[in-house]
Amino acid sequence: MTGLRKLSPGWGLRTRLLLAFVLLSVLTTIAVAGVGYRTARNTILKNTQDNAVRELTSRIQLLYPLPVGRLSEDMLLNAAGKLADRDSDALVTAGTVSGGDLDGAVISDELKEFVAQGRIAWQRVDVGGETRLLIGTQLRLTTSKSRVTEPSGIEIYVLEPLETESADIASLARSAWLTGTGAVVLALLLALAAARSVLGPVRELRRAAHRLGEGDLDTRLTIHGTDELAEVGKTFNTTAESLQHHVGELERMESDARRFVADVSHELRTPLAAMTAVTEVLEAEVAGLPEIAGRAVRLVSQETHNLTRLVNDLIEVTRFDSGSASLALDEVDVAEAIGATLRARGWVDEVTTELPAGVRARLDPRRLDVVVANLVGNALRHGAPPVRLRLSVAEESLMIEVTDEGPGLKEEVLPHVFDRFYKADTARSRSEGSGLGLAIAWENAKLHGGRLTAANRQQGGAIFTLRLPLNPGGDA
Amino acid sequence: MPRVLLIEDDHAVRDGLQIALTYQGHTVDAVESGEEGLARLSADPADVVVLDLMLPGMDGFEVCRRIRASGDLPIIMLTARNDDIDVVAGLEAGADDYVVKPAQPRVLEARIKAVLRRTGGEQRQAGTPRPEVERHGDLTIDRDGLVVSKQGRPVSLAPTEMRLLLELSASPGRVLSRQQLLESVWDQGYLGDSRLVDACVQRLRAKIEDDAAAPVYVQTLRGFGYRFGPL
Repeated sequence: MTGLRKLSPGWGLRTRLLLAFVLLSVLTTIAVAGVGYRTARNTILKNTQDNAVRELTSRIQLLYPLPVGRLSEDMLLNAAGKLADRDSDALVTAGTVSGGDLDGAVISDELKEFVAQGRIAWQRVDVGGETRLLIGTQLRLTTSKSRVTEPSGIEIYVLEPLETESADIASLARSAWLTGTGAVVLALLLALAAARSVLGPVRELRRAAHRLGEGDLDTRLTIHGTDELAEVGKTFNTTAESLQHHVGELERMESDARRFVADVSHELRTPLAAMTAVTEVLEAEVAGLPEIAGRAVRLVSQETHNLTRLVNDLIEVTRFDSGSASLALDEVDVAEAIGATLRARGWVDEVTTELPAGVRARLDPRRLDVVVANLVGNALRHGAPPVRLRLSVAEESLMIEVTDEGPGLKEEVLPHVFDRFYKADTARSRSEGSGLGLAIAWENAKLHGGRLTAANRQQGGAIFTLRLPLNPGGDA
Repeated sequence: MPRVLLIEDDHAVRDGLQIALTYQGHTVDAVESGEEGLARLSADPADVVVLDLMLPGMDGFEVCRRIRASGDLPIIMLTARNDDIDVVAGLEAGADDYVVKPAQPRVLEARIKAVLRRTGGEQRQAGTPRPEVERHGDLTIDRDGLVVSKQGRPVSLAPTEMRLLLELSASPGRVLSRQQLLESVWDQGYLGDSRLVDACVQRLRAKIEDDAAAPVYVQTLRGFGYRFGPL
C-alpha cells in the first residue's frame, strides 16, 4: 500500500485499478495481435515472393534458346518484354548493354552483387510510395559437353507489384488495431465494474466511519457476501457496537452523577432557605451579644451566605447540564444594562467604563448581568486596578472587554479558567467565590450563541472578552 | 404595619421567614397548606400573601387562582431557582411577583414593600394638574380614586395591573421598555425578570381589551416594549 502510494501520489484506488487494467490489456493486445500480425504478414510476403520467383523462372524458359554472340539492345529489350507483363517491369542487362522498362536506379548494389554471383535474389523496394518486389537472377547456360551450367552474364531484373498483398497486410493490421482497441475498451469497462464492486463497499465504509466519528453511534453497515471487505464491515459493526455500549455506559454514569449533584443541591436548598431567613435577624442582634457569641453568629451568617451562593451556583450549573436553561430574550440597551449591573453592586467608582450609547441587542438581561458581574467581580478580586470595561460592536455582535492591570493569568491556568471549581492558586482562600462563577459566565455566553474568552494583554493584566450576537437566531 | 399571610409547608422555612418578617415589623400569619391559607383569608384578610408554589394538597397555582378570583390581594410567590416553567405558570395564575428560594429576608421585604406601594394611590406631583377622570376610548381611568371602568362598568384590576395601566396611560403613545416598567412598577429595573411585565400585560389585556389577541390599549412594540394606544 505504501509502495503504491509512493508510486502514485494522489491517485485514487479507482484510477489505479483502471490504469492497471488498461496497461494489462494493452500489453496483452500488443503481444497477441502484434505477433499474429507479424507472422501473418511474413507468411503472406514469403508466399508472394516464392510465387513470383517461381513464375519468373518459368518465364525465363521462354527466353531460351539464347542467341549466341553479341547481344544487341533490341534483343535485350525484346527479352525484357517477354519477362514483364501488364503489372510488372523488367530489365535485362548483359555487360554494359541493357534493355527493358525497369529503371536501373531502384536496384541496390547489394542485390546486384548477389545476382553477379549467379544467385537468385529478391528485395522489397519502395517505388513511388508503393512497396514492390524486385527479383534479380542471372541466366545460366548449359554447355553441351557437360551438364554443368555456368553463368551467362545476362542478368534479369523484374519488378513485381505487391498491391494485393499490401492490401491484405493492411487489413490484417486494421483488424489487429480493432481487436486491440476493443480489448482496451472491454478492459476499461471490466475495470470500472471491478472498481465499483470494490469501491462501493469501501465508500460505504468511509461514510459509516465518518458518521460514527461525528457521534452517530447507531451507524451500522449492511454486509454483502463473505469476502475480505465483508470481514472489514463486520469488524466495523462490532467495533461500533462496543463503542456505543461504552459511550452509553459513560453517559449513564455521567447523567447519574449530574442528577445526584442536582438532587443534593435541591435538598440543601430547603434548610438553607430557613437559615438564610434568620441570619439577618442574628446579624442585627450581634451588638447585644457577648463578644464570643457575636463572632460565632457572624461566622454562621457569613458561611450561610457562602453556602447559599454555592448551592445557587450549583443549581444554575445543573440547569445548563440538563439543558433546561433557557433564554428570556429582550431588546436591551446594552450600556444601560451594564450600568445597572455596576450600580446594583456598588462598582460604579471602581470600574472605568467605555459604554457607547445606543448599542441595542436582543439578549437575556439577567444572564448578561450574571456574566458582567462575574467578569468585573473576578477582575476586582484577582486583578489590580484600574479595572476597565469596554463595550463595542463589530460584525453583528457586541463585544464586552474587561481588563485589569494585575499580574495576568499564568499560561498553565489559561486553558482552565472556565473550568468548574478550578482554583488558579491552591493557596487561595475558599471564601472568594463559589468556584463556579466563570464557568457559569461561560455557559451563559454559549447559551446566547456567543463566546467568552480569556487572555493576557501584552501590556500586562488579564483580558476577558465576551462576544454576543446582536440578534441571536435572526429573530426580530 | 402590613399583615402578611405566609403559606409554606416546610416548617423550618416557615418559621425562619416568620421570624425574619416579624423582626422587620410585619404581622405574620403562617400556615402550612393552601386550604388553610384560603380559610384564614376568608376569616381575616391580610395585606399581602407570600405563597410557596410547592404545597401538598392544593398546589400554589390553584391557591393563586382562587385568591385572584375572589379579590385583588397582592401575591408574592416563593419559587425554586430551576423552575422557569413554575415562574411563568405562577405569573399567569395571577401572582404579582416572585422570590427565588433561598430568599434573603431583605429581598422579600423589598418585594413586599413594592407590591404594597402599588395598592396605594399615585403620588401626585404638584403643578401637574390632571383631569379628575381620563378617557381613552371606552376606558375611563380615575387616577385618584384608582377606579378603571370600561363602557361605564368598573373593571377589577389587581394592584400590579392597576399600577401598570396607570404607568402606561400616563404617557399615551410613548413606548416604555420592559426595563423601564420593571423599574417603575416593580421597583426592580434591569435586574428584574421581564416575564413579570409580559405576564402582567397578558392579564391586563384580558380585562380591558375587546380582543386580547388584537390589543388596542396596551400594544406590543416588538423589540422595544409596550405602549398605551394610540387609539
